[in-house]
Amino acid sequence: MTAFDEMDAGTAGNGQSVRLPYQAYKRWLDTVPAEVLSRRRAEADLLFRRLGITFAVYGEGGDTERLIPFDLVPRIIAAKEWRRLRRGLKQRVRALNAFLNDIYHGQEILRAGKIPAELVTRNEAYLPAMHNVAIARQTYTHIAGIDIVRTGENDFYVLEDNARTPSGVSYMLENREAMMRLFPDVFAAVRVAPVGHYPDSLLQTLRESAPPNCDEEPTVALLTPGVFNSAYFEHVFLAEQMGIELVEGNDLVVKDDKVYMRMVGGLKRVDVIYRRLDDAFLDPKAFRKDSMIGVPGLFQAYKAGNVTLANAVGTGVADDKSVYPYVPDMVRFYLGEEPLLQNVPTHILRRPDDLKYTLEHLPELVVKEVHGSGGYGMLVGPRASKAEIEAFRAKIIAKPEAYIAQPTLALSTCPTFVESGIAPRHVDLRPFVLTGEVMRVVPGGLTRVALREGSLVVNSSQGGGTKDTWVLEDETPDIHTGED
Amino acid sequence: MLSRAADNLYWMMRYTERAENMARILDVAHRMALQGNVGQERGGPWGPALIIAGCEQAFALHGGPSSPRNVIDFLAFNPDNPSSILACLKAARENARAMRAQITSEAWQSINAAWLEMRGLSHTSVESDGYSIFFDWVRERSHLFRGVAEGTMPRGDAYNFMRLGTLLERADSTARILDVKYHILLPSVAEVGGAVDYYQWAALLRSVSSFRIYRQIYRDVIKPTRVAELLVLRADMPRSLHACFAEIVEIMQELREGYRRNYLSVRMAESMLMKLRYGNIDDIFARGLHEYLTEMVDANIELGAQLARDFMQVA
Repeated sequence: MTAFDEMDAGTAGNGQSVRLPYQAYKRWLDTVPAEVLSRRRAEADLLFRRLGITFAVYGEGGDTERLIPFDLVPRIIAAKEWRRLRRGLKQRVRALNAFLNDIYHGQEILRAGKIPAELVTRNEAYLPAMHNVAIARQTYTHIAGIDIVRTGENDFYVLEDNARTPSGVSYMLENREAMMRLFPDVFAAVRVAPVGHYPDSLLQTLRESAPPNCDEEPTVALLTPGVFNSAYFEHVFLAEQMGIELVEGNDLVVKDDKVYMRMVGGLKRVDVIYRRLDDAFLDPKAFRKDSMIGVPGLFQAYKAGNVTLANAVGTGVADDKSVYPYVPDMVRFYLGEEPLLQNVPTHILRRPDDLKYTLEHLPELVVKEVHGSGGYGMLVGPRASKAEIEAFRAKIIAKPEAYIAQPTLALSTCPTFVESGIAPRHVDLRPFVLTGEVMRVVPGGLTRVALREGSLVVNSSQGGGTKDTWVLEDETPDIHTGED
Repeated sequence: MLSRAADNLYWMMRYTERAENMARILDVAHRMALQGNVGQERGGPWGPALIIAGCEQAFALHGGPSSPRNVIDFLAFNPDNPSSILACLKAARENARAMRAQITSEAWQSINAAWLEMRGLSHTSVESDGYSIFFDWVRERSHLFRGVAEGTMPRGDAYNFMRLGTLLERADSTARILDVKYHILLPSVAEVGGAVDYYQWAALLRSVSSFRIYRQIYRDVIKPTRVAELLVLRADMPRSLHACFAEIVEIMQELREGYRRNYLSVRMAESMLMKLRYGNIDDIFARGLHEYLTEMVDANIELGAQLARDFMQVA
């Protein structure tokens, strides 16, 4: 299986050996001696350690704070490619928001029979408590991270939607910062659209999402589960960049269905909460009673329309892997448009035909747990041993509805700096889509790279690294704001 | 700033100061113990060390013989004694860790390094290297952390609450050291002026870095009233109650200006400062130094509680 390479044009290049978006970069790269790259890599390591950009790894003893490996070779996307992607991303997120609004109100899509009702209403992530709750702008997923993979020049697929509390945007920002410090001269040779205004765009989005009854400049706070959360670094970083308070559950108090922060100078009203806390832990009065990190009464204040939670409560039902196969139908149903971004063809194992096919083709397929994430609990058929496949087969037969299966995609590869020099490694891409009064997509995202040769698993918990993602500038200014 | 942040920063500095003061107390006790007969008067220096540290009861409950080594172990290395140097440095570092975003990276690295080094020490290794080296190290680490914070932190709420933590803890410690020592050092007027007396008062002054200052200011033999005056009423002596409260009041008045509220804690601090500013050492002795210091310690505790209610535990 030969993968599409982001840089190497191969035989399709019409005489050009390097794909167009990479040409300026490649010319620059050819002038950089190998030992300079090695030195820069060591510098990058120091830089990230000093900044304290770490993440927590589960299932390992000892020191759980690790650096995500950063690769020096950027992933480059042409302006034209980006615009196409961006249109598709916005369309998809509009549909996801329409879907969430619908299933928590009229449920027309279920009545129209476009999605099996029990997939939604029996979904653990579906929260009946959200039924008929009016929320500002009917926006549920203000911040969405859509995982995209590429298999060919024009073939982009959505691998997964993240509509709850997507993380990783701090890497988009810090990776760019690191690249600019390590290789200032390359930015003179290649025109890269900046990403540094993401925190501003996010803050603007959050302010625009304030409850309608908020008539002053809205106060925004970032709610974190605390220092032990794997993404705590990102919470600190974003709060700092936006200039808002980073609060924990105990810093907030609800009085008369209004939310306040406990400040040195007294209580201060909060209008919008960018929460990085899962639904279940938000409010011990409404959800898990044992939550020590939530805010008692928060959900009541939310229902009363006195505070906006971003993302909204109950968005998980839209990014669940069992609902994923129906997202293209959502686009058609709510927007009356054909989807611009395709799903990966997906076998839904609750369907007998799909199950039969999957069990017959396990060595070729990727099988995922419907509720799993982070690359845990999945089978990559072509890379699995016979024993692993048989073990997974038993799990599937025991509970088919818990799984979906997809063909093993030849994810595109991108040149990557590894021990043996620069070699192709598989990558994916997570751009971030913001929805406030308008939709915004900052030109960039998180590119994850599977550092092991041949590996298709890009998750940081499974030996993945990250790259800086460059969207090239052209003459049209919309590339920066992502508003169109 | 968030109340929780103010609380963390305040306690980060209180614990740092507490670790330093514990090292001072132990250092003096250790020196006195080394002075043979002089140090062994009235049961030796270890009982008073426990009393000053407020750990007398906890140590009794903890059990074990009251050997010097056991006392040092309890006050310096016992992880279950919240006042031990080990526990204080750990608590200071935990508070700093929760506030990594609010303090400078230099400040974080300083307290983190202190904790990592402390964690790597054992009582046995400290004992064989000599206790004094360890006590000096604790003191230096505290000085270093405070200095880094002062040299890098922007002036504002965060810095102010850090200073308040340092100053309240220091005032508390100075009052306790003076009270306990006075109690023990002066059972009867007859003993004043003896050799034993001299060494003990000198040790007291050393424990608060004031031996030379005393000489410079008074150019006189060491007299109890003057020692008390130095540690309570002198505004130019940095560990005196007066100096601590002068700065506490300055900071709290700034907070009052900023938040425009009539805080009870600010009034409490102001009235304590008035007492110190206009106090007279002979009057204090006439009424009883112990009574006076007990009042100060209690008022200081009250002030800390009210400070928390006004700023750090906003309900």
